[in-house]
Amino acid sequence: MHPKTREKLIATVVGWLAAGVIFFPIFWMILTSFKTEVEAIATPPKLFFTPTLENYVTVRERADYVHFALNSVLISVGATLLATLIAIPASYAMAFFPGKRTKDLLLWMLSTKMMPAVGVLIPIYLLFRDSGAIDTRWGLILVYTLMNLPIVVWMLYTFFKEVPKDILEAGRMDGAKPKQEVWMLLMPLSLPGIASTALLSIILCWNEAFWSLNLTTSQAAPLTTFIASFSAPEGLFWAKLSAASTIAIAPILVFGWMSQRQLVRGLTFGAVK
Amino acid sequence: MQFNRLALLSVVGLLSSTGWALAQGQTLTIATVNNADMIIMQRLSPKWEQATGNKLNWVVLEENVLRQRATTDIATKGGQFDIITIGSYEAPIWGKQNWLVPLDDLGNDYDYADIIPSVKNGLSYNGKLYAVPFYAESSFTFYRKDLFDQAGIKMPDKPTYDQIAEYAAKLTDKSKEQYGFCQRGKPGWGENMAFIGPMVNAFGGRWFNEKWEPQLTTEPWKNAVTYYVKNMNAYGPPGATANGHNENRALFATGHCALWVDATSAAGYIYNPKESQVADKTAFAPAPVEVTSNGSGWFWAWALAIPTSSKKVDAAKSFVKWATSKDYITLVGNEVGWVSAPPGTRKSTYDNPEYVKAAPFAKVVYESVANADITKPTKDPVPYIGIQYVAIPEFQGIGTAVGQQIAAALAGQVSVEQALETAQRSTERTMKQAGYPK
Repeated sequence: MHPKTREKLIATVVGWLAAGVIFFPIFWMILTSFKTEVEAIATPPKLFFTPTLENYVTVRERADYVHFALNSVLISVGATLLATLIAIPASYAMAFFPGKRTKDLLLWMLSTKMMPAVGVLIPIYLLFRDSGAIDTRWGLILVYTLMNLPIVVWMLYTFFKEVPKDILEAGRMDGAKPKQEVWMLLMPLSLPGIASTALLSIILCWNEAFWSLNLTTSQAAPLTTFIASFSAPEGLFWAKLSAASTIAIAPILVFGWMSQRQLVRGLTFGAVK
Repeated sequence: MQFNRLALLSVVGLLSSTGWALAQGQTLTIATVNNADMIIMQRLSPKWEQATGNKLNWVVLEENVLRQRATTDIATKGGQFDIITIGSYEAPIWGKQNWLVPLDDLGNDYDYADIIPSVKNGLSYNGKLYAVPFYAESSFTFYRKDLFDQAGIKMPDKPTYDQIAEYAAKLTDKSKEQYGFCQRGKPGWGENMAFIGPMVNAFGGRWFNEKWEPQLTTEPWKNAVTYYVKNMNAYGPPGATANGHNENRALFATGHCALWVDATSAAGYIYNPKESQVADKTAFAPAPVEVTSNGSGWFWAWALAIPTSSKKVDAAKSFVKWATSKDYITLVGNEVGWVSAPPGTRKSTYDNPEYVKAAPFAKVVYESVANADITKPTKDPVPYIGIQYVAIPEFQGIGTAVGQQIAAALAGQVSVEQALETAQRSTERTMKQAGYPK
């Protein structure tokens, strides 16, 4: 075999293996959602069985899926829009007009992500209580915006750095003001990067469970709390929990698949020059 | 002028009628766990809503998430919940903190005298009731009568742990995946320690002496944990450190276990032929004893409580009264079936011939719950209440840390002595940090 062909073959096999390992838990969860509760915990695990939709029926009866899903969509999209809106001017300033401490500032922003969320639970809860933000969508949008802002700023900063300064300078020579510079030059040029950043932010918001469980009760509760309600201390619940999880991740999974071209293009944006 | 006065009167009238309507039709937020009995309560609650004009918002959470969520809200007086589901572990601790509304005033028709005294005690602090019992459980021994008959063994009225080990040896047949000793192995204060705690009590041990000094390296602990590790390894199912209540329940229901000591509340499930393959082959005996019978069967109650931060206390009281009343138990009996009636809370349930007929395990359950005295959990005196737990806030952490050490001993990673010494040291440290003795 030609060495190049062999290399390609090995890369393909490794790629498929990695994809298989990553996708296996999701595959198993989907499979479990069609089993009965006893089949779901059978040892050795059953790969072949008569599928049932019983779990989906129970899940539908017990909770209002649409209410939770709508909250997830509104909160994820809202928080992403807000974070992007704040991050674009911030990253623009840091990428094109760096000061002495820009690098330190960036690192400090990222360091806030290193703190365990539970460490600030009580202060945040008290602030939320006093401002009437508990169990509100805007409250959760605010927390998610702050939670994702460091990552969004970092990603946009990296993407903006890839845009040649000369293009912006040329625009400035032609009389473009900073707002026009960002809106008419920078944003169209780095659109794949902005899109992939927004997609990642939506996914992070969609899957976030700590704050949504602690700061909501019923009105603003997103799909993560919907999933949590199917775990039980007494009695079997794996099949029902899998069914709830499957329908909870379905929208974001479909969304991810549909936009994967954009996502990959954005993530590799500027990687090859 | 007259028009203005008329308009004013109309506005006042409208406001007062709205106010009245609000008082009549309040929306309550109730937090609960996802147990079968709670799901039935959720399903039947529209009857209470129709009768009172109030509405319920259900927040269903996993047990530990609920505990954390409710603690955060109550401690910070967030006021998010009007009714919460708590266990007998939290009721006295939260009652002491004044986090809960006392529930001694639900009226004569509530019939407090009908509540089983041990259950009422378990949910009280300083003689005040802080949560009303929704269902309660103790632990007892589930055994396969068919296998016992085949082996020519008769289960004694009060089995000892030594006898249980002897039977487990006779009834284990690993080639048929049949195990004689299926007990909890998954670490956690509410998992393996719920079984090991009462077993240590039966072996004559205790968590703390009267000076709050940990007793984990004493002979009874060594004997009990050695017994547990030895028999689980010899006669237990493989991978036992991953088995909690749910896993063992499934193993027993699918015919893989001959003996299982666990929650009396699982009896309804094991006895239900739709869910269990051994419904007609299972019998029950009290939890095993050894040197003492004090604290040999655990006590747990799921109860409804009202946080002091709730602004709708009257409506909340109306609901908790309804959901824990005799009428509610009858409602479940008639609508869902008597075998599903909430067990372990009221004497009248056990006087009801329909329930006794539907639940042949009723008598043993009643005796187990009624005899589980949380104020005398051990052979020697102790400064705490609680059988499988110690009703102090620090116990969750202590119980789980000790549970992890014992699971490590079960998995063969450390010896029993090493596990108990490590557990003793970490417990001493936690108690010192918490400022004991108090």
